Amino acid sequence: MRADLEIINEWIAPDSRVLDLGCGEGELLAHLMTEKNVTGYGLEIDHDNLTACVENGVNVIEKDIDDGLASIANDSFDTVIMTQALQSMHRPDQIVDEMLRIGRECIVTFPNFAHWRARGYLAFRGKMPVSKFLPYTWYNTPNIHFCTFKDFEELCVDRNIQILERTVVDHSHRHRWWIKLWPNMLGEIAIYRITR
Amino acid sequence: MPAVIPEDSVGLVTPQRFHFEQPLPLSCGRTLDSWDLMVETYGELNADASNAVLICHALSGHHHAAGYHSMEDRKPGWWDSAIGPGKAIDTNRFFVVSLNNLGGCHGSTGPNSINPDTNKPYGPDFPIMTVQDWVHSQARLADRLGVEQWAAVVGGSLGGMQALQWSITYPERLRHCVVIASAAKLSAQNIAFNEVARQAISKDPEFHKGHYYEQDTVPRTGLMLARMVGHITYLSDDGMRDKFGRELKDGKISFDFNPQFEVESYLQYQGERFSSSFDANTYLLMTKALDYFDPAGDHGDDLATALAPATSRFLVVSFTTDWRFSPERSRELVDALVAARKDVSYAEIDAPQGHDAFLIPIPRYMEVFGGYMNRIADALPQSKGENDNAR
Repeated sequence: MRADLEIINEWIAPDSRVLDLGCGEGELLAHLMTEKNVTGYGLEIDHDNLTACVENGVNVIEKDIDDGLASIANDSFDTVIMTQALQSMHRPDQIVDEMLRIGRECIVTFPNFAHWRARGYLAFRGKMPVSKFLPYTWYNTPNIHFCTFKDFEELCVDRNIQILERTVVDHSHRHRWWIKLWPNMLGEIAIYRITR
Repeated sequence: MPAVIPEDSVGLVTPQRFHFEQPLPLSCGRTLDSWDLMVETYGELNADASNAVLICHALSGHHHAAGYHSMEDRKPGWWDSAIGPGKAIDTNRFFVVSLNNLGGCHGSTGPNSINPDTNKPYGPDFPIMTVQDWVHSQARLADRLGVEQWAAVVGGSLGGMQALQWSITYPERLRHCVVIASAAKLSAQNIAFNEVARQAISKDPEFHKGHYYEQDTVPRTGLMLARMVGHITYLSDDGMRDKFGRELKDGKISFDFNPQFEVESYLQYQGERFSSSFDANTYLLMTKALDYFDPAGDHGDDLATALAPATSRFLVVSFTTDWRFSPERSRELVDALVAARKDVSYAEIDAPQGHDAFLIPIPRYMEVFGGYMNRIADALPQSKGENDNAR
């Protein structure tokens, strides 16, 4: 179980109804189904991931999230989750709005572009950061809307989105005591629980 | 014509006729007092009868879904690409049941059967069947076979409609519902195509208002035209371009009205072949069953409400270039299933073949379909034989 999924697992109430946007191979949903008796669906566009979900017995629907979620009714899920995909959306702000429309609560995780390593890379090399954790070059990256924790929290203020909980972790999703000292500099991934 | 039967084929198969004396009340208000179903089965029913899969056929389908009737057969059954040992519907694990629906022309009671009341063929007097009627008749067949609950009911196109109807009418009698290249109702455009086909048949002078059997003739031209129109809608624009382009049969145009383009002769060949093997009254009846299907109709056009009784899990599959049963129709079904809080998975397969794609073993399609079916098989109680095979 990936460490971020473990953290999300703790935030999900038993028997709740969950939608996982960009669900990968359905690892989180499969876990939530057995551990918390959760019901719900994953949305996925990657063919191999979708097949894996089907083979794992996870409900998965082929859908490009960038096309919108208009066909899903208001408040039809307890929690809508999006892990590590916000930065690859055409309009992250609209997706967050949509997530909050169809779910009572949302859990969003994304990489922090203000992490010291990214800042250092750009400051000293003068190039877009490439790392083991974010291995793409600028022209082929699916990550078209990088943001920082500060940026995201500003968006939340602008849109009257309430942040219920925030956890900042390193790239292997582990808590480190020193991250709390300066999260926007030292944290690599943030996990937010938000509502409206 | 297979020199040897391929290893992944169910091999030589023999259809069986099941006779039913229990009256079957129909949607139209009439009743079929006694009726026959032609059936083929592949694989073995396990001890607790939990591994049965029902195959529902489309407009021109029948009971012969897989394998060969003889070594002289030119082609295997219509869904041989998906049914067989190691295939998506693995006959080493499942007991597969395929039938010719009532109203058909391949041995089940239909317009070309003798009406016991008149001792003449039913012809146009055969009751118009609906998808619900078929599902009820299939349930009687399940009773006869000792199948209390299907592991899955599977169908493409009109067959998918039957699978969907099963989930609503007999929710406790299936665990999985697989709906491929189908729709919860036909669009006006789709009904329009069916009407062109029906007009082609009924306006043929040889049709004789459906009583052509007594005249010892067949409305061949009408059937041929109906099939040609249908066939165009089963292929995609891209698919036709790839297959035929503007190729000429003889390499040059001949300035007359004979077929010169490859696509013309292909359609004529398909139409002619079909007109010599299919019954015109059955064609009319099947297209009506398609047009009438609309489970949401009784629920204020709310499909989610119509699906409320369902307890099975669903797999829905569509194909990108299918414009007769477009992905949009499948998405509507999936949205309704989500709104009704049903378990559903959905895949939209990239395929140039149009509606016909559901009969073609496209790798990704077979991966998803096979993956879903294998998951069902994995949940079955292990039979002794299977353990032996697994070693």
